[in-house]
Amino acid sequence: MSPILEVKNLYKNYGATEVLKDINVSIEKGDFLVLVGPSGCGKSTLLNCIAGLEPISGGDLFIGGQNMTNVSPKDRDIAMVFQSYALYPTMTVAKNITFGMKVRGIDQATQDAKLKHVSTQLQIEPLLHRKPGQLSGGQRQRVAMGRALVRDPKLFLFDEPLSNLDAKLRVEMRTEIKALHQRLGASMVYVTHDQIEAMTLATKIVVMKGGVIQQIGTPAEIYNRPANLFVADFMGSPAMNLIPAKTKANGKGMQIEIARKDADPIVLTDTRNTDLPENVIIGVRPEDIVDAALARTDDTQQADCLIDIVEPAGADTFAVMQLGGKHVTARLHAETTAAAGTAQRLAFDLGKVSYFEPETGLRLN
Amino acid sequence: MTDMSYAPTRTQSPTTKLVLRFILYILLGVFALFYLMPLFVMITTSLKSLDEIRTGDLVSLPREVTFDAWRTAWSGACTGIQCEGVRPYFLNSLLIAIPAVLISTIIGALNGYVVAQWKFKGANIFFALLLFGCFIPFQVVLLPMAIVLGKLGISGTIPGLIFVHVIYGLGFTTLFFRNYYVSIPSELTKAAKVDGAGFFRIFWSIFLPLSLPIIVVSVIWQFTQIWNDFLFGVSFSQAGTQPVTVALNNIVNSTTGVKEYNVDMAAAIIAALPTLLVYVVAGKYFIRGLTAGSVKG
Repeated sequence: MSPILEVKNLYKNYGATEVLKDINVSIEKGDFLVLVGPSGCGKSTLLNCIAGLEPISGGDLFIGGQNMTNVSPKDRDIAMVFQSYALYPTMTVAKNITFGMKVRGIDQATQDAKLKHVSTQLQIEPLLHRKPGQLSGGQRQRVAMGRALVRDPKLFLFDEPLSNLDAKLRVEMRTEIKALHQRLGASMVYVTHDQIEAMTLATKIVVMKGGVIQQIGTPAEIYNRPANLFVADFMGSPAMNLIPAKTKANGKGMQIEIARKDADPIVLTDTRNTDLPENVIIGVRPEDIVDAALARTDDTQQADCLIDIVEPAGADTFAVMQLGGKHVTARLHAETTAAAGTAQRLAFDLGKVSYFEPETGLRLN
Repeated sequence: MTDMSYAPTRTQSPTTKLVLRFILYILLGVFALFYLMPLFVMITTSLKSLDEIRTGDLVSLPREVTFDAWRTAWSGACTGIQCEGVRPYFLNSLLIAIPAVLISTIIGALNGYVVAQWKFKGANIFFALLLFGCFIPFQVVLLPMAIVLGKLGISGTIPGLIFVHVIYGLGFTTLFFRNYYVSIPSELTKAAKVDGAGFFRIFWSIFLPLSLPIIVVSVIWQFTQIWNDFLFGVSFSQAGTQPVTVALNNIVNSTTGVKEYNVDMAAAIIAALPTLLVYVVAGKYFIRGLTAGSVKG
């Protein structure tokens, strides 16, 4: 079967400015693709190109195996949920949901049946006769989803649909969207700048920066094996620690030396990765630096570190220190004994470590 | 901030407050009377007989109320050689103003919709040129317009005057609607496009229902402009198609013998009534529409 969405060598220019450069991505039926990146990276533009709301400057776009490059949005068999919800302000909720069907000349009985089905599914029946102005943010969000669901399209497009909600509601709606995706088995493309949303929702993530795709992969791949320094820094919260280090081959593997101010360097040995240049940037997730006393695996190496700041966050306590001239965050147990200004014995787990070339920022291992 | 310890505390007794209030209302009343005086003189004069005007005081109330002057102004006063009052011209003005207001508002709405929501190449220049049209003085276009009307074969006709007013009003109506529609999020148009609606469908189903406040603004503005217009009316009309403003001028200027002030006043009030009525009926929407900001989705 052909992929449900296939973007081939897509370019987008505004005058002389290249906004999207050589975008290639495809998803299968049932995939949940998340486009993530900082603002201005072109992710929303890419979504608008997929929807047909922005003409593309080069390349091809296929939906359901059909070339849709020059097809108007209404014939692409897509539905879209917008950041501002874009509900029609003068129409009731029911009319908002059925507007698309009315435009397409679908008979009243089918419209009613579909409206009933969708409003039951989203639990918005009591709201059907209200106007958007009389709804709360979360309710508007549901109606916007309803307007998309009722189309039953090949492809759902979401443009930062949760960014206007408050933090608590955002988490609720996120779970709901995920449940919806699982229940419908629908194919979705979702734009967000929130890397946690990307991680929790996606079956496939595209990380973008400056109109160029940095990495495509499953959430686990992106998280564990970031392709470059940008992805490593962007995905994950708190961010991955990226520490300049020097390497040297010794008998057992690579010896990694991290300089410290006012103390001897930390020396770690990596037995898995053996072919590294002399200068690297070592990437360690905060959860791979833990209390030595509480470390679960034996595959760790320990060092005493001077803790600068301790930030309790409930489930965990984050400790910040200076290593290799950078702030390094360790994710410690909530009941850690670490205190600011004192040394703490920490265990470094190199099992999932990443190495990057300092000049190009590309992954080495 | 003010140094409270230094500033003398000003406690007002209830009596002082009352007196100040009283003075305030007196002042307001005086100003209101001042502004209402011309209207008062017009109405009282129009209700007096000529004899009374000649012998009486300008601001005194009529001793004997008579509607003769109104009757004459409406259907008997002479404009040059015809003596039919303002009635036929009043009708002309209606025949000019109503279609011209409707057409210029509809086209202005469409223009504004395109300029605000369907950005095309050169949309901003197009809009700037339209705006420029608002500031061209009437006198400048008189001659070219006369030639155009002649070429179109509608000079001296009511359709010709409608045409002139529509053209001249487009700049303003486009400006009104464009500024109103620019505040409507473009995502609304996008959503409707994905829903399958086209250019006119989106305008009709989504934008027009939102537009009541700005339609009122446009209608009031255009109606006032067109109804009160004198220059175009006097330049591009001929006997039988003149608007009421031109007729009023003729009545006042072509009196033979005694000057019938009461008839002049009645005719002037009749000529001003429709605009007054439009403001009274739709005035509050006018203010609301001018200050209306963004439309929340």
